[in-house]
Amino acid sequence: MTDKKELKNLVIEGVVYKTTYTWKFENRVKWETPNPNLIYSFIPGTIIDIFVKPRAKVKEGTTLLLLEAMKMQNQVRMPFDGEIVKLFIKKDEVIPKNHLMLEIKPVKIK
Amino acid sequence: MSLRSNILDLRKRKREVQKGGGVEAIEKQTKMGKLTARERIVALLDKNSFYEYDLFVEHSAKDFGMDSKVLHGDGVIIGTGTIYNKPVCIFAQDFTVAGGSLGLMHARKITKIMDHALKMRVPLIGINDSGGARIQEGVNSLAGYGEIFFRNTLASGVIPQISVILGPCAGGAVYSPALTDFVFVVENISKMFITGPGVIKSVLGEEITMEELGGARVHAELTGNAHFFAMSELECFEQIKKLISYIPRNNGTRAMPFPPKPPKKGLKIEDVVPSDPRIPYDIRDIIKTITDHSEFFEVMENFAPNIVIGFGRMEGETIGFVANQPMVLAGVLDTDSSDKAARFIRYCDAFNIPIVTLEDLPGYLPGADQEHAGVIRHGAKILYAYSEATVPKITVILRKAYGGGYIAMNSRHLRADFVFAWPTAEIAVMGPEGAANIVFRKEISEAENPEEVRQQKIQEYKEKFANPYVAAAQGYIDEVIEPRDTRGRILHALQVSENKNVFLPSKKHGIPPF
Repeated sequence: MTDKKELKNLVIEGVVYKTTYTWKFENRVKWETPNPNLIYSFIPGTIIDIFVKPRAKVKEGTTLLLLEAMKMQNQVRMPFDGEIVKLFIKKDEVIPKNHLMLEIKPVKIK
Repeated sequence: MSLRSNILDLRKRKREVQKGGGVEAIEKQTKMGKLTARERIVALLDKNSFYEYDLFVEHSAKDFGMDSKVLHGDGVIIGTGTIYNKPVCIFAQDFTVAGGSLGLMHARKITKIMDHALKMRVPLIGINDSGGARIQEGVNSLAGYGEIFFRNTLASGVIPQISVILGPCAGGAVYSPALTDFVFVVENISKMFITGPGVIKSVLGEEITMEELGGARVHAELTGNAHFFAMSELECFEQIKKLISYIPRNNGTRAMPFPPKPPKKGLKIEDVVPSDPRIPYDIRDIIKTITDHSEFFEVMENFAPNIVIGFGRMEGETIGFVANQPMVLAGVLDTDSSDKAARFIRYCDAFNIPIVTLEDLPGYLPGADQEHAGVIRHGAKILYAYSEATVPKITVILRKAYGGGYIAMNSRHLRADFVFAWPTAEIAVMGPEGAANIVFRKEISEAENPEEVRQQKIQEYKEKFANPYVAAAQGYIDEVIEPRDTRGRILHALQVSENKNVFLPSKKHGIPPF
C-alpha cells in the first residue's frame, strides 16, 4: 500500500508530520545573512583589470575591477565609502559565479 | 504515357522520397536507439490509418550550397490518421534528413497540418526530433518557428496539442512543446534546452552534459516541462494513446464515454487513512477506491510529488483529480505544486472535464527559499485557476484543511459546487498546536506549569475547532459523509452537475499571476 521509504519529520506550524522529502527540498539553498563587506562575483567570467590595492581608500560608486562576461565588460563598483581589506583574485583569473573577489570595510572619507 | 506508366512513375517517386535521408542515415538513427519518423507514426496511429500530405514538398533555398541539396520532404512528415478510430493530425520531424532541421518549407508543412487540426477541431500530435533551425536558411527558419508558435497559442484550449520529444529539441524549437498541453519525454532520447552545453561551457565556463542539462529525467522531475516520462518510445506511444482515450477531441465535446465499472474489490477506503493525522498515506490509494476499475492515469508523476494530478473515470466519464499527497512533504502547497495543479485545473476547465479535489494539507511550505522563489505569486495561480473554472467542481476534505490551504483547495468560497468532509476533517485557521500557542499565549506564559496548561489548551482547541462541524454549521461544508459513501456522493454530485451553466463576467480575459 504505502512506499517502504524511510519517513522523516517535517514541522509545519508547530506540528511534527511524518513524511518523505523531495530532492529539491533536501537540496534547497538555505538562507545565510549576506556579509556586506564581502563582494562576490554575480556571474562567471574573467578578471580583465583591477584598479585598487589593499589599504586603498575608495569612495562609493568607484569602479574596483572589470569582470568580462557575456561579451560585456562588467564594472564592479564600491557599494559604500570604505577601505580595501584584501583581494582574493588577480588579473586574468577566470572565476565562477559567487566567487569571493574582495573584502572591504566601511571607513569615513572626507 | 499511359495511365499505367504514370502510376508506376508515381510509385517510384514515392518510394524514393520515403527513403528519407537514405539507408546510412537511417542506420545511424537506429544505432542511437531511436525509431525513424515513419516507424513512429505507424507505431502510434491505428493500423493502416495514416495518410500523408506534402510528400513532394521541396525547399527553394539557394545560399550556402542549398541549391544542390535534395532534402526529401524537407525533413518532416505530416498527415492525418486515427487513434482509437478518432481522427488526429500529426507531424513527425525526420532526423535522417538534414538532421531534421527546420527551414521555410519544413515549417510550412507543419503550419499546414496545424491549420487543418484547428479548422477541423481534431487533436494535434507533434513528434519533435530536430537539430534546430537550418542555419543555411537564416531568417526564414526563424520565421517558420514564429508561425508555429503563434498557431500553438491560437489552438491552445481549442484542440488538445501533444508534443513528443524523441530527439534533440533545442533553442527556439523548444518553445513549441512548451506552448502545447502535454509533453512526453523518453529516457536517454529526449533533450530539451535553450542553450546547449557547448555555449554554456564557452560563455560561463560551466561543464555539464546534455543529459544532465536537459535530459528526460531533468524535465520530468526538476523543471516541470514534461508531463509524461517513459523508458522507451513504444511505452511512450502507449501513454499517448491512453491520454487520447481520456481527453475530448476538442473543447466543444466531452471525452468519449467508457462502460462504467465499479472500483476493484479488496482495498477499503476506510483502511487507507491512519487515525493519527501526523502519519502519512498515499493519496493515490484513496483515488483508486473511487475511480472506475481503480484506474488512475497520473500526470506529472515525478514533478512536485506533494500534489497528485491525473485522470480517472467515474461511471465511464473522464474526471480530473487534484489531491494533496501526505506521503511527500506532508502534502503542503509550494511553488512547484501550485504551478502543477493550476495548469491542470485550467486544462480540465478548457476541455469540459469535471474536477474532483481531495484535500489533506497542513498549509504552505515554510522557508526563505520558497518566499524568495515567489510562493505568493505561484500560490495565487491555484486560487485563480479554481475561481475561474466553470466545470463541475467537487471537493472532499479528508483530514487537515488549515488556513490559506483550506481556501486554495477548491473551497466553497472559490465556488466549488459540492464540498464534502469526512468526520476526520479538521477545518481550522491553524492546527491545534500552533493555534493554542498564539491564542492562549498569555495564559500559558503566566501559568505555574506552562507545559501542562499548553497541552490542556491544545486539547480544548482540538475539541472545539479541529473538526468539520464548525465549518458545517456555517454551511461552508455541504455534508459530513462517511468515507465509504465517498464514491456514491461524488457520483450523485456529478449527475446533478451534468448541465451546469455559469458565466463569468464579460471581459476579454483576466490577468492570471503568470
